[in-house]
Amino acid sequence: MGIEYLYPEFEVHRNFDRCIKCRVCERQCSEGVHFYDAEDDIMRADESKCVDCQRCVTMCPTRALKIVKTENTFRPNHNWHQDTIEEIYRQATSGGALLSSMGNPKDYPSYWDRILLNASQVTNPSIDPLREPMETKVFLGKKPHDLEFDSHGEVISKLPPQIELELPVMFSAMSFGALSENAHKSLARAATACGTCYNTGEGGLNKSLYPYGPNTIVQVASGRFGVHEDYLKAGCAIEIKMGQGAKPGIGGHLPGRKIGPKVAETRMIPEGSDAISPAPHHDIYSIEDLRQLVYSLKEATNYEKPVIVKIAAVHNVAAIASGIARSGADIIAIDGFRGGTGAAPTRIRDNVGIPIELALAAVDQRLRDEKIRNDISIVVGGSIRSSADVVKAIALGADACYIGTAALIALGCHLCRQCQRGLCNWGIATQREDLCRRLNPDIGTEHLINLLTAWNNEIKEMMGGMGINSIEALRGNRLMLRGVGMTEKELEILGIKHAGE
Amino acid sequence: MLKKEGEIRIPSGCAISGIIDRTGRRSINGRTIVDSIAVMHDRSNGLGGGFAGYGIYPDYADSYAFHVFYDDLKARQETERYLDRYFDVVNMSRIPVRPNRNVVDAPLIWRYFVNPLFNRIQEDRGEIDEKKFIVDTVFYVNTYIDGAYIFSSGKNMGIFKGVGYPEDIGDFYKLEDYDAYCWTAHGRYPTNTPGWWGGCHPFALLDHSVVHNGEISSYDANRRYIEMFGYKCNLLTDTEVITYIIDYLKRKKGFDYEDIAKIIAAPFWEEIDRMPEKEARKMKLLRNTYSSLLITGPFSIICGFDHGLMALNDRLKLRSMVAGEKDEVVYIASEEAAIRRICPDIDGIWAPRGGEPIIVHASKEAM
Ligand code: SF4
Ligand code: SF4
Repeated sequence: MGIEYLYPEFEVHRNFDRCIKCRVCERQCSEGVHFYDAEDDIMRADESKCVDCQRCVTMCPTRALKIVKTENTFRPNHNWHQDTIEEIYRQATSGGALLSSMGNPKDYPSYWDRILLNASQVTNPSIDPLREPMETKVFLGKKPHDLEFDSHGEVISKLPPQIELELPVMFSAMSFGALSENAHKSLARAATACGTCYNTGEGGLNKSLYPYGPNTIVQVASGRFGVHEDYLKAGCAIEIKMGQGAKPGIGGHLPGRKIGPKVAETRMIPEGSDAISPAPHHDIYSIEDLRQLVYSLKEATNYEKPVIVKIAAVHNVAAIASGIARSGADIIAIDGFRGGTGAAPTRIRDNVGIPIELALAAVDQRLRDEKIRNDISIVVGGSIRSSADVVKAIALGADACYIGTAALIALGCHLCRQCQRGLCNWGIATQREDLCRRLNPDIGTEHLINLLTAWNNEIKEMMGGMGINSIEALRGNRLMLRGVGMTEKELEILGIKHAGE
Repeated sequence: MLKKEGEIRIPSGCAISGIIDRTGRRSINGRTIVDSIAVMHDRSNGLGGGFAGYGIYPDYADSYAFHVFYDDLKARQETERYLDRYFDVVNMSRIPVRPNRNVVDAPLIWRYFVNPLFNRIQEDRGEIDEKKFIVDTVFYVNTYIDGAYIFSSGKNMGIFKGVGYPEDIGDFYKLEDYDAYCWTAHGRYPTNTPGWWGGCHPFALLDHSVVHNGEISSYDANRRYIEMFGYKCNLLTDTEVITYIIDYLKRKKGFDYEDIAKIIAAPFWEEIDRMPEKEARKMKLLRNTYSSLLITGPFSIICGFDHGLMALNDRLKLRSMVAGEKDEVVYIASEEAAIRRICPDIDGIWAPRGGEPIIVHASKEAM
């Protein structure tokens, strides 16, 4: 074997004292790692196929299995890491661009982890969310500039179209096709039960999910898959996807093998054909083109639906956001460089874009400096991992957050980052019938509801600690944040003080 | 070196008191409000006291009364040069004070009664609203003239404040020489020692003055919102931002005080859901539109304005505040004792609920 031989990254450790040869692992593994050797009456494993999705470990009835990162190592080198070298071997033998999925796993700084929250002591009381009302309801969309009243003091102004959310967390765009039907169903039902929204992604909306429309954001992406009048009217808001944090500047590609009858029908394309979204919208080469699309979508929906424009966090995000705020859009969604994806070129995923924390801080401040912050709401995503990240994002200036990866984890995803292969053992990122069945939508729904409920309670607790009893009073309240271990410049961009100041 | 107010945010606890005569008669002598706030001595710590009196300048009722702190002569000269350019200065003098051994390090304190000179202003600024010009003047002097600070800028009203216990400050300014139809007072308990007179309260802009007890947890959300509309929160105090919010909603947006109270101490959504439809619709619109002006955390405020005052608690009522009325005079204070001290036989003192404003208007007839 030549350089294309790579020692398996993971080793399957099977405790043969415990193994009862039930062959569950074999049936559970879509990658074909485990097999039964009848001759020796023993379970064996082809470790070269293992992606460490932890499915077998979880399902093994006798806890006989664990997956361990191999100790086999190249000569350590701080510049040439083993995976760097291996990637070169791969490319040298295949000539292809590397593909991967989920979010950027590299060791870039996480600003969330360097921001700390405040709490009340002595000079003002903290508020106990178990005793006092604690409000997390938010409205996304434009705010009226002036309210008008008639001569009797009755309001005549109407609110512009908005999205009403019971908590500042929504499920971000993940398409049917990239995700299984059961995953989509779980997201739709949980969003409805919790009074928030999920997002169709660019894959259209299957008829069976139309009843969840009031809690659905329908996306219009560059491929325009599944976009038609009823679709636009089915949701509570329309999102124009200009970019995505995991692959800014890049389109999408759903391979034909994932396009079964239902996905084909929903996307309005032939079964088995590749669904390719171009990198740009071919009718949007500039900001004024975006404005036209915003208004055509509004026109198509009688100005009843707020329009979201989603962009990836890139270097001049603040200026772009300011343009979007003036384009007629009601909400801007910014996706950080850690955002997940079903498939992206590895180099793009790992090297393009900027952290969402910095992008958010810059955008919020820029919109305020230009006095247009009330014309648009800000939603951020791209690695919101916990309720604490949500609270920090809101205090930096976000109106709400999108969660994608966190929601999938609640559905069972173990972040093996192999979604692009379509063999998800957890029934999430796959269209294979037998694998899809592994995700029970009732249980999936319940897990998502539990997650949102837990986060909402934690958000309330943190707010109460700060003496804040309404999320509006947290929004943009940067005085509640302090940085640790940051440079002057980082603090300046985030608009926060260092701990101890 | 300790940082001055405005360079650092200093939380403080406080005492507040307010009296208003509904008839609009200038029946309340400065001594009365000093007696009232003095009872709550322990709610202050000697690091700030102040008063706002309404109706105190009947002879100059139509001129803006600027009260100014100066650090030195240079600041005064520079300010006066600026005032001379745009205003007809009807009267100027040092504000009369009497030495009080507990009040030290007083700055130079001057008072100007001024009328804007419109042709001059228009030459430089084009068409401009009179009140906006006054506000701009205050911001200009306070931001750009080193050592000058205009702390009172309304008509027929004035602020008197400084570092010390409120009763000493009242004595220092000889408040017994002033009669008003409305007074508010403040005793401060900051958790830090700024020792700067400008940072004391009441805080005022035009006719609005605010005394406040509490520490608002929504501060930075409120500040960053209001700064979009041309306000500069230089002092980083709650009182400053509350004053600007009230000025914005009243002067720029034209709301009445009832609506202002509903915006800054908005009812909870669950209460709104229980309201009759029409009211709920209006409330929803107000709360939605001005969501960033919701003030959370403990506060009790008394906001004085031309011929009236509004007292308001945060919606959870996390700070004490009581009110009572006798013979057309309404009393409001952090503690009942502060009312009883000046009106011993008052009946029916009550504690207004959180978020429920007390708005009292004084008649304009008497003036
Ligand atoms: S699932 Fe566990 S017990 Fe069953 S065959 Fe695999 S390793 Fe053995
Ligand atoms: S969704 Fe499935 S394939 Fe993708 S990372 Fe998660 S477990 Fe792996």
